[in-house]
Amino acid sequence: MLEQQLINALSLGSVYALFALGFTLVFGVLGVINLSHGAIFMLGSYAALLLVEHLALPLWLAMLAAMLASGLLGLAVDYLVLRPLRARNAPHLAPMIATIGVATILTSLAQGLFGAESKRFPVGTIPEESYNWGNLHVTAVQTGIVVISFILMLVLLAVMRRTQLGRALRAIAESPKAAYLLGINVEGLFYLTSFAAAALGGAAGVLVGLSFNAITPFMGQPMLHKGIAVIILGGMGDIRGAMIAGLFLGFAEVLTVAYISSDFRDAVGFGLLFLILLVKPSGMFGKVLERKA
Amino acid sequence: MQLNTILKTLPLLMLAAGLCSAAHAADVKLGLAAALTGPAAKYGVAIKNGFSLAADEVNAAGGVNGNKLQLIIEDEQGKKEEAINVFKKLIFKDKALLVFGPTLSNSAFAADPIANAAKVVAFGTSNTADGITAMGPFTFRNSVMEADVLPVTTRAAVKHFGIKKVAIIYGNDDAFTKSGYDVFKATLANQKIPVTTTEAYAKGDVDFKAQLTKIKASNPDAIVCSCLTEEAANIILQTRALGMKQPFIGGNGLNSPKLFDIAKGAGDDTIMGSPWSSENLTPANKAFIAAYKAKFGSDPDQFAAQAYDALHVVAAALKNVKLTGAIDKDRIALQQALPSVTIEGATGKFAFRKAPPVTGKEVGYDAQQEAIVNIAKGGKFVLLK
Repeated sequence: MLEQQLINALSLGSVYALFALGFTLVFGVLGVINLSHGAIFMLGSYAALLLVEHLALPLWLAMLAAMLASGLLGLAVDYLVLRPLRARNAPHLAPMIATIGVATILTSLAQGLFGAESKRFPVGTIPEESYNWGNLHVTAVQTGIVVISFILMLVLLAVMRRTQLGRALRAIAESPKAAYLLGINVEGLFYLTSFAAAALGGAAGVLVGLSFNAITPFMGQPMLHKGIAVIILGGMGDIRGAMIAGLFLGFAEVLTVAYISSDFRDAVGFGLLFLILLVKPSGMFGKVLERKA
Repeated sequence: MQLNTILKTLPLLMLAAGLCSAAHAADVKLGLAAALTGPAAKYGVAIKNGFSLAADEVNAAGGVNGNKLQLIIEDEQGKKEEAINVFKKLIFKDKALLVFGPTLSNSAFAADPIANAAKVVAFGTSNTADGITAMGPFTFRNSVMEADVLPVTTRAAVKHFGIKKVAIIYGNDDAFTKSGYDVFKATLANQKIPVTTTEAYAKGDVDFKAQLTKIKASNPDAIVCSCLTEEAANIILQTRALGMKQPFIGGNGLNSPKLFDIAKGAGDDTIMGSPWSSENLTPANKAFIAAYKAKFGSDPDQFAAQAYDALHVVAAALKNVKLTGAIDKDRIALQQALPSVTIEGATGKFAFRKAPPVTGKEVGYDAQQEAIVNIAKGGKFVLLK
């Protein structure tokens, strides 16, 4: 059953990685832990669901639209909540607490609009059957999650490493003041980052909604916990780190269930986090933190 | 001048207030603490609907001994802390004659001691965990304990499918699913059915594939699931995606049309024991289902049925209580009248049974009711024959 467990781990890890990607991007560039990322992830899921259910959009289009919608939501959160705090040079804790508030408001709003019950994409939205090789079962969604997560991660990495935009973002991550003096439109790139991060969060929401049939107003919270673990594990603000740490957490959880006990699933994941923090406080790939410190 | 006006108006106001309170004096205030928001809202809302429906019926028929029943409904959000707050409000501020709820067993363990200390009946309609009624003589429930239902269910499932060994999956951080697991474990040991592996998950988990892959490798004849509906539905779907065909055995948590909204036909052959079934065609149940559909436009579930019955149980008890208006006395009179009530409700014949004794402590009353064993066919539960 090991092969099956490795496939389970790969698809779970990809979801964690994809979720953590936007989360870590915002931290890297804005220096903010945006705790509304879970709520935006959840609303992305609902957005695609509404579009598929009511406008009968094909899934790929609904997913793009959901990414756009969550991106705009992220932009709004930045403009309305984070920007005033930036302007006031508020201490680091302020945006964190403020975004907890945003997450609570968005969750209540979703509950009011959609109810507390879990929803799912209509049957037939995606092929339901699984591909079988002997005892090995892989569903279309699992494949889709892994492929789409990797594509989005690689695109983001390429943008950060190979483009002028990426260079500007990395300059901001290094020092917003210096970047501003160099003529970089810091505020504009903050918005762009918030938009892109939220769009990635929305995409993760759609994929999770598709694969687990449980779109609820509360789905963001457990994911947020894993996301925090992943970005700390991977080194705050490090995109490659988030990818690897996400996969790592997925494998840790699944192998714990397979070889230790399902009771310890979360304990082992977070225990590893603790261990790594002891050994290497900046996370597995952390450099940004060291530079920032 | 102004004072004069006030003085002139005052007697009039007092008279008006007097009249008002006279008109309301015959209202019997019953508190309901239910989880109307939050993850447990799906149960809490069904419970609220069941109570409103029954209260409307009783009032439409002239009330109890001429007194109208007035429900005071508060949202406890499925949280312990809120359940405590709501119980305090209903008992000390609203002076409710009794308090129904709270929705989750977790919350009942937190809030019921307050009612017992204040000598007010706390009447649970959905608390099935062990030990709820051990909290004190003012704790009552009409929710049938898993300990009564699951042995009957398991025996029926074993016979129906010829099961030799089972695997278990359950939520380990929820009082209801954990207590269901404990009962299943004891039941399987009693009935000498080996357990191939026991897997757990946590609240909020949506990916159960790791646990299910392990269960698959242990090759059981059936999977016992002490889960809430939505988790159960996803667990069933994910087993099918892993190429597993085993039937499921579950308790109260699976008893909801929601199971098939999500799992569709994949849920077929699931065996579930419950005190209530939509397929139980007694006149009382048929009338309940029809009235519920007419009022709320949707199918009732077990939680609505038990809430509905609970109000009729209390109405039956109130028939034998002479209300004096002294709230402390009336509360105790109601507590003394409740144990002897028997009704024929939506969930069938109902009576109370004194909870198992606890040394040095007075205990409350559990439900004495028959379990109905159902099997899922074509996306709904039918009676297992």
